[in-house]
Amino acid sequence: MSIAILFAIGGLTSVGLYLITARSLSRIVLGFSLLGHASVLGLLSAGGPPGRAPIADGSGAATANPVPQALALTAIVISFCLALFLLALAGRQHALSGDDLVEDDLEDLRIATTPELSP
Amino acid sequence: MTALLAMTVVAPLLAAAAGLLLRHQAVARDAVTLAGLSAAAGSAIALLVRVNSEGTHVAQVGGWGPELGIVLVADLFAMLILPVALVIILVVEIFAIGQRRTAWGANPELAGPLLGVLTSGVSLAILTGDLFTLFVAFELILVSSYVLLTHQGQREQIRSAMTYVVMNLFASTLFLFGLAFVYAATGTVNIALLAERIPELATGVRVGIGAWFLVVFGTKAAIFPLFSWLPDSYPTAPTTITAVFAGLLTKIGIYAMIRFHTLTAMEELGATMLIIAGVTMVVGALGALAQSDVKRILSFHIISQIGYMLMGLGLFSAAGTTGAILFLVHHMPVKTVLFLVGGLIENDQGSSRLAESGGLARRRPVVAALFAIPALSLAGLPPFSGFVAKFSVISAGIEATSTPIVVVALGAGALTLLSMTKIWLGVFWGSSPEELQPVPTRSGNRAAMMSATGMAVAGTLAISLFAGTLFDLSKKAATDLRSPDTYIGQVTS
Repeated sequence: MSIAILFAIGGLTSVGLYLITARSLSRIVLGFSLLGHASVLGLLSAGGPPGRAPIADGSGAATANPVPQALALTAIVISFCLALFLLALAGRQHALSGDDLVEDDLEDLRIATTPELSP
Repeated sequence: MTALLAMTVVAPLLAAAAGLLLRHQAVARDAVTLAGLSAAAGSAIALLVRVNSEGTHVAQVGGWGPELGIVLVADLFAMLILPVALVIILVVEIFAIGQRRTAWGANPELAGPLLGVLTSGVSLAILTGDLFTLFVAFELILVSSYVLLTHQGQREQIRSAMTYVVMNLFASTLFLFGLAFVYAATGTVNIALLAERIPELATGVRVGIGAWFLVVFGTKAAIFPLFSWLPDSYPTAPTTITAVFAGLLTKIGIYAMIRFHTLTAMEELGATMLIIAGVTMVVGALGALAQSDVKRILSFHIISQIGYMLMGLGLFSAAGTTGAILFLVHHMPVKTVLFLVGGLIENDQGSSRLAESGGLARRRPVVAALFAIPALSLAGLPPFSGFVAKFSVISAGIEATSTPIVVVALGAGALTLLSMTKIWLGVFWGSSPEELQPVPTRSGNRAAMMSATGMAVAGTLAISLFAGTLFDLSKKAATDLRSPDTYIGQVTS
């Protein structure tokens, strides 16, 4: 496994994780996109050493493992759709409340502030 | 048999497509959706009968072998869960058709087709024989659930859906990383081949993979401490949608966990699972006690009950796995019914908050009876199905001499009963609230809703009547899972 890919995965994962801890949904979308790239890179590097394109050209040279590529392709499509859905959700939240912040569970807050229940 | 297998996945998906095309003609749309769901449920029941007599059936999609292609595996474990799940969805759809004609569930054009997509995902998740297709099936279920939660676009729903989407999306990302790890370690994502290769890995790698997937499936299943998305998002959706989610979604997570962790024999994780199970039970039951809304109390019960299933799995004994499977079969219909009754309550008085309810037992005695049976069953009182399920999990715990978890399980059962009493006192007894705001309902719709709930209650009673047969089937399924050689042989041959 190439050390460059390893660092790329590490970098993408750490930045992605940092972004999804934010309150703002637009940052979370960016975070998930980066995490998606990291996991796809992970899948690709799990497929072993790089080689020629999986569709054989008859030259007999070693080809890359096609299975993780197929898996990665599916994963890319899914994460792209979900990023769009999250953006739509952020847009809706913006239209409703003027921001795109992830809010707290109101009922939880109510119970947490009930005098008889607080220590 | 392969046609029946394909039918459970394809029929609801086709019905969803047709339903979308017909979305402006309510009758045709509902008829198509019902037909698709019935075809899937019928095929699942036929499959159960044939798998029980002829043994596991494996379908290799596209004719590719297990190394490269997708396999659908109908073994006894899958066949115990699949018919229950599909029949539940069918019943809920009947209830929903009754309810949609009322003011609730606005924009119902999408609800039926989306339920079809969700059903297809559920079938695929239960039948699939490889981890990547399981990932795709999870996404199918989750994407349709995201849209079902938010398509009405009300403020409360968007607010709670954001937590739900972000948490589940994170779990899906972890799932992808997990797939990369598994592929790097073993060179396959097929569960049968994994059952063969994972036990040969070094202990650290093996337990690492097991723990990683415990987190992934645990987020879907809402185990402690990964449950925060559940009690916030479920109650805000329309009742029928919550009923399907409550009955199925978390259970698919537990199903995947039972299949993966038992087939790959992750016994080192047993102690961790038991601790998580105990905390999940207690936190869920205590959370339910603190709530003041019927739907929120019921949502916390889901969490608490997930603990029992995890306990059965974590014991890693034949009796424990049997108990977990039986609990799964009992829990799905009971939980769905309780949410449907929650919908009837809401329909009658315009709210499901305890403070705004009361006296329903006098006004609607049938609703009270429909609530009492599954509520007592959920609390685990004999002779209902919950008793059989809890008894088999707890006796497995005693057999394995895991005294602490048995004590916790019994205590959590008492707390569950206490919170059920809270609903009963708040909603069914006492005086009627002064301002009733019943949702305007035509008698025909009411009949559809009541009969769907009645059918589901009858189903839960049938589970306790046929508990002996179900126990034997669960035992057989558990034995198959615990000796993966037969499973491996059937899939790879």
